[in-house]
Amino acid sequence: MAEKPRIAFFDFACCEGCQLTVLGLGEPLLKLLERVEVVTWREAMSERSDDFDIAFVEGSITRDSDIPRLRRIREQAKVLVALGTCATLGGPHVSANNCDRGELLRLVYGGEGAQFEAGEVRPLSAVVQVDAFIHGCPINGDEFLTVANHLLLGKAYHPPSRPVCHECKLNQYECVLDRGQICLGPVTRGGCDAICTSRGSQCFGCRGLVDDPNLNAAREVLAEHGYTVSDIIGMFDIYSLRSPAAAEARETARQDRGAIEKGAEPWRSR
Amino acid sequence: MEIKVEHITRVEGHGNIVASLQGGRVEQAFFQVVEAIRFFEGFLRGKSWREVSHLASRICGICAISHSTASLQATEQALGLALSPQAQLLRRLIMNAEILSSHALHVYFLAAPDFLGLKSVMPLIETGPEVVARAFRLKKTGYELAEVVVGRHTHPVAAVPGGFTMAPEESALRAVRDKLTALRPDLEATVELWKTLEVPEFSRPTEYVCLRRPEYYAFEGGEIVSSEGDSVPVARYGEAIEEHVVSHSTAKHARWHRESYLVGALARVNNNWRQLHPAARRAMEAIGLQPPCHNTFMNTAAQVVEIVHCVEDSIALIDEILSLPLQEEWEPEVTARAGEGVGAAEAPRGLLIHDYTYDEQGRCVRANCVIPTNQNLANLDADMRALLPQLSARTQEEVQLRLEMLVRSYDPCISCSVH
Ligand code: SF4
Ligand code: SF4
Ligand code: SF4
Repeated sequence: MAEKPRIAFFDFACCEGCQLTVLGLGEPLLKLLERVEVVTWREAMSERSDDFDIAFVEGSITRDSDIPRLRRIREQAKVLVALGTCATLGGPHVSANNCDRGELLRLVYGGEGAQFEAGEVRPLSAVVQVDAFIHGCPINGDEFLTVANHLLLGKAYHPPSRPVCHECKLNQYECVLDRGQICLGPVTRGGCDAICTSRGSQCFGCRGLVDDPNLNAAREVLAEHGYTVSDIIGMFDIYSLRSPAAAEARETARQDRGAIEKGAEPWRSR
Repeated sequence: MEIKVEHITRVEGHGNIVASLQGGRVEQAFFQVVEAIRFFEGFLRGKSWREVSHLASRICGICAISHSTASLQATEQALGLALSPQAQLLRRLIMNAEILSSHALHVYFLAAPDFLGLKSVMPLIETGPEVVARAFRLKKTGYELAEVVVGRHTHPVAAVPGGFTMAPEESALRAVRDKLTALRPDLEATVELWKTLEVPEFSRPTEYVCLRRPEYYAFEGGEIVSSEGDSVPVARYGEAIEEHVVSHSTAKHARWHRESYLVGALARVNNNWRQLHPAARRAMEAIGLQPPCHNTFMNTAAQVVEIVHCVEDSIALIDEILSLPLQEEWEPEVTARAGEGVGAAEAPRGLLIHDYTYDEQGRCVRANCVIPTNQNLANLDADMRALLPQLSARTQEEVQLRLEMLVRSYDPCISCSVH
């Protein structure tokens, strides 16, 4: 029998909710574990190895001192997957980039803040090449399994390019805009099966913008429903959808996602 | 003997153990938190009241529901919103869901391997598949219970200031109730498994702190009580809990009456065991946990007791919810206003406080979050200093493992503590 692909999980600045979503899969995860060997997963096991094929990396980079660790993972991994919005776009804490670091440190640690390192929140792709992106805060467990299956078959994975609105309408959920709430579904990348609007909540844009979002049209729709520009900008700011860093991450994602097509079933070459 | 464990495994987040023992004397012993800071208290400022709990939940992937609950309470207090009786029951139900799944994760995946001489649960997939299947069932049922009520365990969708955007479906509640009752053999097996494990002997009395309500075993609201016989209303937490910065850690430490205190399952069971579900009290006796228990290694045993409590209490809560016609829930009408509010929940790892100030437009202008793991760190260091001299006859490897076990028995949630 061919050697099983070796996979590893790593995390940087994040809430670890995406790893937890993987652990919470139950049966399907056990099925997947029959086909791969997990060699490093600090949160779940003490065994560790630097010899792995696929690295799932969760979290954003906020300290330069974390960069060498990420680079080592990149060097070792044949395929590096960014797991969750912290890793793909910066995550919910990306709006800390709108504040002054020194002030933030003073706010939290008072006069003793200066001893701690804190830098700009960056997605992984700002530091290393990323081969596959699984968006979502948190990720959708089914999408994780789909991506894992693609990688195990040596196929590239393209995140869906339809907006959340599309999934929401297919499911015939009641539109929350009609109920008087702001919803970012028209411009947000789908793949979550519109889980938030399915429960009568609005979409906060956690999966980032679709590839070609029409922001102005979305603003108009929202304004028609009586929202001020500052309300809407507030929503866009939660996952920093307007920020240059987010735009750059989207661009890098577009350029990089052909990368694993070049090396089909990369671990077989071992 | 010098011990340095960098990035201890099978805990949430990044921390190191640093200890040095010379001729039976402890030169130093502490747990060093090296997690990156995300500055939630900084960027919550400026966010509107409806966005704050969405973000606050993302402080932690394991205890997202606790953060969401404490955050919602704080916002509700600031904006003067009240919950319907049904919404109150639903809030209690999702707290149970989270405690169940988080404890199952810790008991089986993070803590148990130490007692079985394993490095992880992975080898058990082949040698003890029924144990792994049971662990996943317990954890998954907690997830499913949360899904039925709030759409998702990490991160909840339907819980909003003032209530819920949607009520659970009656059929879904009944289905998950069946799954909970089907867990009873698993609960027994979990208690039996714990009875076979050899828990290290250790005793160091400390202060035990948690929430308490007169009516039921509290996982949210009520007042803050200490085993020193003191209590304060949640809103005046600042008079009790004193947070301070220590240089070896990006997570702050805390104290109240003593130099340190303990929060979490053992503190709750020690202080509130009389309010546990009878089945959980029976489990407590079967395990041999006698409150007040001063052995921190027994925190994991207290989690087993709470797993039983959460399953049984959830069944009872669902029955209570369904005893009346299920009311629709709807995104509540909210008028923004200026105000302050403090909310509190018992996260799986202990007392959690969110404290906010809002301006007239309903934008957050100040946020403070007091996290369970921070409150435990000083107590953990004190335990390490007390434990080390008892281990002086052991090999380096044994001492290191014992210290790791101690840290894991706290079930620290490190990214949460730095937030
Ligand atoms: S993307 Fe969201 S759920 Fe995932 S680790 Fe980051 S904050 Fe947590
Ligand atoms: S609720 Fe949101 S995602 Fe759904 S149709 Fe309306 S705008 Fe689109
Ligand atoms: S509906 Fe929007 S906020 Fe909710 S999971 Fe999907 S992309 Fe994220």
